[in-house]
Amino acid sequence: MASINRRVLPGFSLTLGYTVFYLSILVLIPITACFLKASTLSFHDFWDAVWTERARAAYYLTFGTAFIAALVNLVLGLLLAWVLVRYTFPGKKIIDSLVDLPLALPTAVGGLVYASLYVQKGWLGQYLVPLGIRGAYTRLGIVLVLIFVGLPFVVRTVQPILEDLDPESEEAAASLGSTRWQTFRNVILPTLYPALITGFALAFARGIGEYGSVVFVSGNMPYKTEIAPILIVARLEEFAYGEATAIAVVLLVISFIMLVLINRLERWSMRHEY
Amino acid sequence: MKSVKPIALFFTAALIFAILMPTSSAQQQLTLLNVSYDPTRELWRDINSHFIPIYEKQKGVKLTINQSHGGSSTQARSVIDGLEADVTTLASFLDTDAISKKGLIKDGWVERLPNHSRPYYSTVVFVVRKGNPKGIKDWPDLVNKPDVAIITPNPKTSGNGYVSFFAAWGSVVTRGGSRQDAINYVTKLYERVPVLDSGARGATTTFVQKGIGDVHLAWENEAHLEVAEAKGELELVNPPVSILAEPQVAVVDATVDRAQGHREAAEAYLKYTYTDEAQEIFAKHFYRPSNETILKKHSDVFPANTKLFPITAIAKDWPDAHKQLIGDGGVFDSIYKPKGR
Repeated sequence: MASINRRVLPGFSLTLGYTVFYLSILVLIPITACFLKASTLSFHDFWDAVWTERARAAYYLTFGTAFIAALVNLVLGLLLAWVLVRYTFPGKKIIDSLVDLPLALPTAVGGLVYASLYVQKGWLGQYLVPLGIRGAYTRLGIVLVLIFVGLPFVVRTVQPILEDLDPESEEAAASLGSTRWQTFRNVILPTLYPALITGFALAFARGIGEYGSVVFVSGNMPYKTEIAPILIVARLEEFAYGEATAIAVVLLVISFIMLVLINRLERWSMRHEY
Repeated sequence: MKSVKPIALFFTAALIFAILMPTSSAQQQLTLLNVSYDPTRELWRDINSHFIPIYEKQKGVKLTINQSHGGSSTQARSVIDGLEADVTTLASFLDTDAISKKGLIKDGWVERLPNHSRPYYSTVVFVVRKGNPKGIKDWPDLVNKPDVAIITPNPKTSGNGYVSFFAAWGSVVTRGGSRQDAINYVTKLYERVPVLDSGARGATTTFVQKGIGDVHLAWENEAHLEVAEAKGELELVNPPVSILAEPQVAVVDATVDRAQGHREAAEAYLKYTYTDEAQEIFAKHFYRPSNETILKKHSDVFPANTKLFPITAIAKDWPDAHKQLIGDGGVFDSIYKPKGR
């Protein structure tokens, strides 16, 4: 009688135990191994490996393109989710399942297809390249494939929230004289903020880690279109494991900090819902 | 009753298997693993199918030879990390050497088999578009002819990439050019490389499928396949000088001593690659046989007028060449340094 467990599902300690166990095996141990390997370098060697001009250019490119792609996905994803939730039209089911396709397709295939579409002799490239739009072997190309691989995340996080949205509040706003834009801006969008930010964070994280598609579309020119993961592969090629993991550690740390910040933003936006 | 059928089938199969098993296990069986690089898949399948019956007749041991393929240095790392290779047949000395440095292959492995453990060799040649419209015949043409775009993979991430770099470098220094001449040459050359693919296959796709570039610096064996597949759209050009690439073979001591019979079989396997029969197979797959007589027999494929220089013509050895030219802070890095810094 002393303590009555009022939880619906039993076994808090059991489930927590499993959570910690799986997290350790799947995430923590590999990441710790990564840090340990990098720590075999002296501080000086570590710094030399991760903070060259070329490495900085690569970090900037990796995070920059992932960020831009995630921003584009934010807008595109919201639009797509909106269309899928609010309207009915023939072929809707097909479009709905198309959204998940980038997750299933090996990303290398995506990269190869994008590159061959946008090169000068490609289907799209033959019209775009004369206009000065080069979607292959440029930074634009990297952003394009990252938009492709990150698309499902915003759509799938926003969609359920949008489905649950009560149409009455929109009607109320309209009857109180708000314009369509005001209704969207002040009534709908605020409730979507947390989901949008989550989707953004997922797409962004996906973009930072993406390798398979980017190597085929970027052209890998040092200082210009060389992403950080390529540097890791280059160091591995020299059998320099320590230096390779050092770069990986830097990527991990920056990503972690950014994801924590985004998480904060999400919580803040939830608290400030109105 | 229908649901019983699969079970009945299973038991029948199991019974047949059980009856057959003793007869086949009376004969000795052994499985070898050959860890090799990407394009050699068909080559080793061909060699294995010839070697297995020979070994069975000689020793009464029925071999199964498994093959593993991938990027050469990735394969080397797999072996270092514990992939139990009985033999390695990798693209470059550097990769076999890396395994040896970890103690898995004993020192002095290079001299354990004939011809520096090199049953075949290869080089880098040019593949150009039909009719060779840019008139590319020799290395200087790559930088002197107007408007030439060159396709070659990233020397940092690809074996084909760094061997091509060495070939370009050597084309200057083996003809009396200074180190500075060579630096100027490779700088101009890589300014004309629009895409640095991460591996040999990617570069081939860029050149053939996407139609980018006028000349592709390719492995000789890959170049022949590339040209054959293009059905007249591509041509092969043998430059007057190029590099002698050394794909070496080695028995992995750490693996073969773990179980009985492996060393004997693995050594016999690699020795077999030096026989006339195996040498012919190499030639058939466009790898240059180390046996001079057989090489000459195929002079239509491997023209004798290409002078192949050894790595010692440009550096102390492979590791030294890689460190100086490709490694961190090497010549290749300086090419891409943004100007004015």
